[in-house]
Amino acid sequence: MLEHLIFGKLTLGDIPFDNPIIMGAGAFMGLVVLAVLGSLFYFKKWKWLWSEWLTSVDHKKIGIMYIILAFVMLLRGFTDAIMMRLQQAMAYSPHMGYLPPEHFDQIFTAHGVIMIFFMAMAFVFGLVNIIVPLQIGARDVAYPMLNALSFWMTAAGAILINVSLVIGDFAGTGWLAYPPLSELAYSPTVGVDYYLWSLTLSGIGTLIGGINILVTIIKMRCPGMTLMKMPLFTWSVLCAMILIVVSFPLLNITLFMLFLDRFFGMHFFTNTMGGNPMMYINLIWTWGHPEVYILVLPAFGIYSEVVSTFCKKTLFGYKAMVYATMGIAVLAFSVWLHHFFTMGSGADVNSFFGIATMIISIPTGVKLFNWLATMYRGRITFSVPMLWTIGFMITFTIGGMTGVLMSVPGVDFQMHNSVFLVAHFHNTIIGGVAFGLFAGLNYWFPKIFGFRLHEKLGKCAFWCWFVGFYLAFMPLYILGFMGMTRRLDHYSAASGFHPFLVVAAIGAFVILCGIIFQLVQIAVSIKNRESLRDVTGDPWDGRTLEWSIPSPAPFYNFAETPVVDSIDPYWKEKQEKLSHPEAVKKPVYKDIHMPKNTAVGFLIGVTTGIFGFAMVWDMFLIAAIFGIASIAIIIARSFNWHIDYYVKAAEVEKTEAQIRTSVETQTQVV
Amino acid sequence: MDKLRHIFKLLCFSGVVLLLSGCKAVVLDPKGWVAKQELHLLITAVLLMLIVVVPVLVLILVIARRYRSSNKKAKYTPDWAHSNTLEAIWWAIPCAIIVVLATITWKTTHKLDPYKSLAVGGKPLTIEVVALQWRWLFIYPEQNIATINHIEFPANRQVQFLITADAPMNSFQIPQLAGQIYAMAGMQTKLHIIADQPGTYQGRSVSFSGDGFSDMKFTVKATTDQAFNQWVQSVKQSSNVLNDETYRKIAAPHEDEAAQYFASVDSNLYHDIIMSYKMPSKQPVAVNATVKATQITN
Repeated sequence: MLEHLIFGKLTLGDIPFDNPIIMGAGAFMGLVVLAVLGSLFYFKKWKWLWSEWLTSVDHKKIGIMYIILAFVMLLRGFTDAIMMRLQQAMAYSPHMGYLPPEHFDQIFTAHGVIMIFFMAMAFVFGLVNIIVPLQIGARDVAYPMLNALSFWMTAAGAILINVSLVIGDFAGTGWLAYPPLSELAYSPTVGVDYYLWSLTLSGIGTLIGGINILVTIIKMRCPGMTLMKMPLFTWSVLCAMILIVVSFPLLNITLFMLFLDRFFGMHFFTNTMGGNPMMYINLIWTWGHPEVYILVLPAFGIYSEVVSTFCKKTLFGYKAMVYATMGIAVLAFSVWLHHFFTMGSGADVNSFFGIATMIISIPTGVKLFNWLATMYRGRITFSVPMLWTIGFMITFTIGGMTGVLMSVPGVDFQMHNSVFLVAHFHNTIIGGVAFGLFAGLNYWFPKIFGFRLHEKLGKCAFWCWFVGFYLAFMPLYILGFMGMTRRLDHYSAASGFHPFLVVAAIGAFVILCGIIFQLVQIAVSIKNRESLRDVTGDPWDGRTLEWSIPSPAPFYNFAETPVVDSIDPYWKEKQEKLSHPEAVKKPVYKDIHMPKNTAVGFLIGVTTGIFGFAMVWDMFLIAAIFGIASIAIIIARSFNWHIDYYVKAAEVEKTEAQIRTSVETQTQVV
Repeated sequence: MDKLRHIFKLLCFSGVVLLLSGCKAVVLDPKGWVAKQELHLLITAVLLMLIVVVPVLVLILVIARRYRSSNKKAKYTPDWAHSNTLEAIWWAIPCAIIVVLATITWKTTHKLDPYKSLAVGGKPLTIEVVALQWRWLFIYPEQNIATINHIEFPANRQVQFLITADAPMNSFQIPQLAGQIYAMAGMQTKLHIIADQPGTYQGRSVSFSGDGFSDMKFTVKATTDQAFNQWVQSVKQSSNVLNDETYRKIAAPHEDEAAQYFASVDSNLYHDIIMSYKMPSKQPVAVNATVKATQITN
């Protein structure tokens, strides 16, 4: 009895020792973890790790941790992608490839979940966390402790999904776990439970994060920055955060209802006893479609910043851009049904949602024209962020076209669930979201770390990704016309799919080269950081507030609260400095109010992570202990009144002076 | 420049050859009225969008090249950030295209509603379809026969499929004849198709439904009226009959593409399969079978 309360369903037999692929991957992950732990012991960095990172509430550090998580998850998700491409390139029957169907199913499910929730979302949140407070002249986010909590819950979800690789299995249902396939009747193993708890934890983290950033943007803008003077990245993030706050509760509740079905034998989404799977499909997509825009809107914001900076021009049509972004955000909630025109809704309903979907292409098209007009009569520098942006403009135009194509129900009846659809959404998510995130990373890297990323290696990475993308996904468009369904673990040789899938696999390997170049780029840049040092704090001749402070940004961000009166305040300031150098005022420092570090976020991440794992395996005693512990930590925290401190004006002055002298010496060295 | 043009021509040519050499682009090679309409719609929509897409792609490249920072001859207007005329133009053009496309969408979506019987093809032949784990059961109620993974019907006669599932959700599609519709347990969807000429076509499930999904295919043979009647007679010669008992066997999870034929069918079977999900007293076969299978493996 006690054994069951502690270990639940878990036995040694749940670890697939007989599967060399999984064991190899598990051993590799174990080695990486051991190497990290070992080096922490060797360099005696535990205290540093604890006080500088794990308990930090500094939005910049949390952002960095988000981005590290995103990169690690990119590697995991991409490994899944390569495995799928290899399997499909090999499995033209009678050849069956090297993966059995139940393993292949888990791989494509994990690929989707990891790439969306733990790569793209984590990356977006990383950049948003770091940049939004800097762009609006704030010293941190509105709720610094909750920010840490968001990150650690997302990390707990990510760890849970990776644990499922070795202990037990993962869902083999597709990334949205449609019932009835995901119900107990058809998925009796713990795979779907891992899915549910992993996404519940990260979903709660994301929701808290969304509220946090939303309040930050609304309440913490510096004096003079009215809504219509916010930088476009901040605007697009504002829209994305509104989408998160409205849509993520839908995700969390829908998954919770599926949990009730599986755990308590309820019948929300079963196909028996009055349950209805169609309800789940509707609910999950009323979250799922806005989710697409939650990812792509911040990317649009990044492109806006990059285009304007690297063309040395004011962004064209600022107001139109704002309206277009807001329009996309509102319309995002009116199109979810286009994910299942083929469920039999009837012609009126399908037409409505089809037309609503097409309408989204209007504001999106306007944005594209505005970027083009910004480039027109500009002075374009083809730096790495700009290359990603132009790559995006070309790729996204094609992806948008195939998207509108599938918004016509008559066409969708043919193309739905084919690899044409797979090509389309990779076209928009890689070409739109991933390219934007990489542009943003290259663009803001000097602000985050104080040195630029290696330019040439960045360009190599871009070209590999760009070419690799077309090689990997254009064949899928053709295969869609050839009637190839998605999620096939094998197909008949007579179908003629094989040559195209070989090309797609080659494309995936070219993208792999791109990822390797990115890692090498980061490593080489760290090694050569002295020569790449950004001494001015403004390496690209930027326009917005984040470039007005030193790189890397000091922990309090702004020594003096900035006051703005235009859209590109720093650009204007620089222009005025040029024309009236004598008008520059001497800074007046005041005490700065800052949040204290706290372990609460990290601890709740740990306890909820263990709680999730225990719930997956029915370990009720452990689940109870850690569930109660999570709540107890929150209650304990609410009694803690010593959550903030002041940085004295004198100290600020000293730090600023130090930064200035080190900049001066470095400038002399350079 | 000439060389570039040459390479471009070569690329286009090889692309077309690659496409045609397969000759298996089923969506582009429709053999039925519905699929033809859908292809026509696809081409119309693509052409409409190309009106914007092509100029945009060209503009991106031209502008990026012309206004590169090394080209000092190009005009530079750092503060030019607004133009009512230009913005009006690029709100208007996409709007106009979407108005046209929306009109087409409204009309075609109603015209191609899979539930609506076709204007062509006379009185429909009804085939009841049950998606199982992982194969397709077809029941011909008027002919009182049933098959697995193979159907035949006369060309130029419209066929009405009544579709359900005794399995997780699937999607029923014969790409050369028509688009798809989901197959869901406890519910019925409908699809109307017609084959314009005799021939053999491929059908399959296109919505992932578990381990055996990849082989969940069936063959479709459109013949003549006479050949169809002969085929029905030959199926009736089969020694198998489909009743409650045999149904329980075939509804258990299988990964087997082979066709099977049943000389007769319980007239209530299709109805009972749907209703088994509605009534607590009747446990659906698929749910039962899967649970049992997992109990055994555990």
